[in-house]
Amino acid sequence: MGHHEVDPNDSVAVMIEETGYDDHFHDHHHGDKYQSSFIGHYIFSMDHKIIARQFLITGIFWAIIGAAMSIVFRLQLGFPEADLTWLRPFLGKWIVVNDGIGTLSQEFYYALVTMHGTILVFFVLTAGLSGTFSNLLIPLQLGARDMASPFLNMLSYWFFFLAGAVMFYSLFLSTGPFSGGWTGYPPLSALPQASSGSGTGMTLWLLSLTLFVVSVLLGGINYITTVLNLRTKGMSMWRMPLPIWAFFVTAVLGLLSFPVLASGFFMLIFDRSLGTSFFLNEIFIEGQALDRVGGSPVLYQHLFWFLGHPEVYIIILPAMGIVSEVLSVHARKPIFGYTAMVLSILAIGFLSFIVWAHHMFMSGVNPWLSNFFVVFTLIIAVPSAVKVFNWITTLYGGNIRFNSAMLFSIGFVSMFISGGLTGIFLGNSAIDIQMHDTYFVVAHFHIVMGIAAFFGMFSGVYHWFPKMFGRFMNETLGRIHFWGTLIGAYAIFWPMHYLGMAGVPRRYYSFEAFDAFKHFGPMNQFITIAAIIVFGLQLLFVINFFYSIFKGRRMKTKNPWGANTLEWTTPIDAGHGNWPGKIPVVHRWAYDYGKDGKEFIPQVQPMEEGEVAGDHH
Amino acid sequence: MTGLVIVAIIVLLAIILVQLGRLSEVSAVIRGEENVAARQNNRTAIFMLVFLVVFLVYCIASAWMYKDRMLGYGPHSAASAHGGELDSIFNITLFFTGIVFVITHIALFWFSYKYKEDKNRVAYFFPHSLKLEIYWTVIPAIVMAFLVIRGLITWNNVMADVDPEEDYIEIEATGYQFGWDIRYPGADGKLGTKNYKLIKPGINSLGQDWNDEKNHDDFMIGDNIVLPVGKKVRVRITAKDVLHNFYLPHFRVKMDAIPGLPTHFQFTPVKTTEEYRQQLKGYPEWEMPADPEDPEGPKRWETFDFELACAELCGIGHWSMRKRVTIVSEEEYNDWFAQQQSYYMNSIRNTDEDPFKGQLLSIEAANRSRELKSEWQSAMDAESLSTIRLKNVFFDNNAATLKDDSKYELDEIARLLRANTNVKVEFGGHTDSNGDENYNMDLSERRATAVVNYLSAKGVNTSSMSSKGYGELNPVEDNATEEGRAANRRTELKIISK
Ligand code: HEM
Ligand SMILES: [Cu+2]
Ligand SMILES: [Cu+2]
Repeated sequence: MGHHEVDPNDSVAVMIEETGYDDHFHDHHHGDKYQSSFIGHYIFSMDHKIIARQFLITGIFWAIIGAAMSIVFRLQLGFPEADLTWLRPFLGKWIVVNDGIGTLSQEFYYALVTMHGTILVFFVLTAGLSGTFSNLLIPLQLGARDMASPFLNMLSYWFFFLAGAVMFYSLFLSTGPFSGGWTGYPPLSALPQASSGSGTGMTLWLLSLTLFVVSVLLGGINYITTVLNLRTKGMSMWRMPLPIWAFFVTAVLGLLSFPVLASGFFMLIFDRSLGTSFFLNEIFIEGQALDRVGGSPVLYQHLFWFLGHPEVYIIILPAMGIVSEVLSVHARKPIFGYTAMVLSILAIGFLSFIVWAHHMFMSGVNPWLSNFFVVFTLIIAVPSAVKVFNWITTLYGGNIRFNSAMLFSIGFVSMFISGGLTGIFLGNSAIDIQMHDTYFVVAHFHIVMGIAAFFGMFSGVYHWFPKMFGRFMNETLGRIHFWGTLIGAYAIFWPMHYLGMAGVPRRYYSFEAFDAFKHFGPMNQFITIAAIIVFGLQLLFVINFFYSIFKGRRMKTKNPWGANTLEWTTPIDAGHGNWPGKIPVVHRWAYDYGKDGKEFIPQVQPMEEGEVAGDHH
Repeated sequence: MTGLVIVAIIVLLAIILVQLGRLSEVSAVIRGEENVAARQNNRTAIFMLVFLVVFLVYCIASAWMYKDRMLGYGPHSAASAHGGELDSIFNITLFFTGIVFVITHIALFWFSYKYKEDKNRVAYFFPHSLKLEIYWTVIPAIVMAFLVIRGLITWNNVMADVDPEEDYIEIEATGYQFGWDIRYPGADGKLGTKNYKLIKPGINSLGQDWNDEKNHDDFMIGDNIVLPVGKKVRVRITAKDVLHNFYLPHFRVKMDAIPGLPTHFQFTPVKTTEEYRQQLKGYPEWEMPADPEDPEGPKRWETFDFELACAELCGIGHWSMRKRVTIVSEEEYNDWFAQQQSYYMNSIRNTDEDPFKGQLLSIEAANRSRELKSEWQSAMDAESLSTIRLKNVFFDNNAATLKDDSKYELDEIARLLRANTNVKVEFGGHTDSNGDENYNMDLSERRATAVVNYLSAKGVNTSSMSSKGYGELNPVEDNATEEGRAANRRTELKIISK
């Protein structure tokens, strides 16, 4: 390889060649040395860009499965009388046929709800979102050749893959997959006799998620190390683009909270197979009094939510980072209040560790303790609000390009507002007495976490697709995808607030048993129809995605969006090591858009004489 | 077949959309990408405005549509004393968040529209403003502080346990897969102790410890929980197998039920079921027939009932754990309460489950003494001379030795005779037909004498009592059965003059 040619018309490449830093990367080990074969290149790859694509495509696979599951249980809720015999080829005995009418069995309804939650929260919105974009962007935006440990990085993906394989297998058990809710509360999850899914299904659920924790930890250690150690010259922490801050804090949260979840899982495994009683006490089930005393099911909930709450921020922080970047790039304006944005990420990260019991106000914990959790929970709303105001102000005075990436970022802000505001109701324990475990909570977290995080992810995919595949996604389909999903998502989840306010509890197979809950048939039908349409639109996205990988409009210039960050200084088909020659050196923050009359000033551009730095106004 | 058609239509639709997408790309190249992009951009900006308006209208219209169906609104004012307070915190929060929701959405979509791309303009370089950022940190903080304070004051009041001095009813709810056992404490007002190891399905479904006398008057109810209006209720909440949650939507009551870790919730119903029905009357959805098949039948409001539901996933039957709750006036409640039968007395007493089998319980002694007094009173009031059977006077087998348990009833008789010195009585002994007739005659004679002796030792004047043995001559039941023979072995008190 030796020396590479620089196109004299490519001013950024020239600039990197002149001012960049020579780490002799290409002299002593050839970037592609260990991935010349197909298997080395595409399967057991250690290149962060390939691993990012692996996370993304695996995430898409799981998203389709998880979403399809939700359509099946929505059919049950919207059209309980409908004949589902046509699903027999897929679901077999879980569709019970009586008098020619096929109905979804109760067992499988609960299994589907549980799997849907587990898959979406962990496999799609944690691995698929943070795994994809942390891997893609941390080295690229920091000016690093790769992750600190490409090997651990590869392991992180393959542990995720294994976790998925185990969970997938559990779907086909004759007793069904785990069916006790994505939170897996014991004793239901601890006792096989309590539910058919709590047998082998639960064993595999625990195994799968334990593997998943390993994946998150391997990835997290890597992200943190890379951010702390592999920033290029000039890339101080305070010059990092916001996605990097978000991925960094996300990784720290994961590293601190997932082990606690794992410890809860281990105790649960012991309770299930070694006869311990961490979570069991005075249980009489199936005609038998169990000899298990002294444990507390509430302890599991503490351990679970000590992860569970940070987990929701593990999901949303990367989306926030992506949105901050995309809004700024396509509004052609600096992100408003960069420092406040970083501080609020840090504040949210810190506070997310001391609010977990807001999921447990009605769980029998001492109500006096709840006082503290209410206070901390409503404090966390303040940095969240600051972020919203800053995003909106970023649009103010902008020069906005409405491409699909930008549209999804704007949609994200709307969703985050709508869902975040209902958090303020739920965080106030007095209101939560009535709202807990009703559809109000379902509406809250689907809007603020489910939809918002998906919007962040879509935004990131549309924005960085050219970086990942050298082509663009189709914009027309992207717009249809956006408007349909925005409207459809509100059609699905907005009415659920009313259901919750009418007292309707979540996780009900049927509402027919209660006079108070059974009169919302038309609303449930409306929601189900909207869900089916939105599901179809996501398939459209998937088609667009795979079609564009092969047939999309080709990327002709390195920096199609006119962005400042370093990933757009790499060649269109960047190989291992990202930059062919020297690595770029950074001279400014990432948000000099519209500064001094210039549309954008890349981070590699040295400061002009007498120029005042954009972040020090 | 329909499935196939649907799949085919979907595939077709996808192909059409993809072609559309490609076409737009191709035509853009022909017509000049710049131009097309600019036109597209302007159109999207207008969509932003349209969406804003449609979305806000949708929010308000849908809320209007459901306004009479959400608890706390329309006819659905809270049925408990604390419920109204929770509803008003909800509404205050709705007020503040509603303002923020509308303002931020208008800003978000209006700015999007207004600042759409214009090639002749450079974006306004506005990286930060300390003043603005302080405003929108401090103002939300103040609002949050206000909401927290309101909320926590209420929270601590609602969750505070009852004061033992207070007047309240305690009941117990035990969740299981998939239903509820509801236990009332009976006349003593106290729930007896339980132990999950004592649970026997169908016999002792809660594992009540029958050694604890507090259990002896506890009773369980069927599918209807009856409570009086205006009186505080403390629900003790537990579970047998997995987690459940005791949820009364209309009363704003919700608390997890945990095996081995009792929790509680306390609330005061403020409306009877009948009053709540009256509230619902007149609202169109409540004027519909309760059974759509029977348009002439009762209206929905007439059949309305408060309901108990489960609000913690507990397995496949989670959605079906229903009971009715009926709130009645205090008098109706007392009548209902008086009719309830103790589970122990009805189903356990003197079975093999009963640790007190064959022994007299103090509660039975007390009941008998009350009963005896009224029998005595009616005997005194009667025209003729009547006979009172001494139900709890027992002797050792084949002997004339009084059992200890007999003394409660005899002591009561002694009190009555001492207080009514003008009354003369005869104690008659009776046996069953087992054994020799003469022997029985003698035995009954001796037993009657033993009663008289006991009473005279208790200070009753011997001249007002006599004793007589009747042997097996006057059976009251069939001597062929064990129950009949037990009834025939008895001591009777006959009034001779008064
Ligand atoms: C504005 C700040 C927020 C507050 C005050 C808040 C508060 C709460 C509270 C109190 C609950 C428990 C409700 C209940 O079960 O009764 C809850 C549930 C939930 N929240 Fe939030 N939330 C906020 C933002 C978020 C964000 C940003 C996310 C995720 C990105 C999120 C995700 C969730 C999820 C997933 C649940 C439900 C978990 C379950 O029960 O299955 N929340 N939230
Ligand atoms: Cu939380
Ligand atoms: Cu339940």
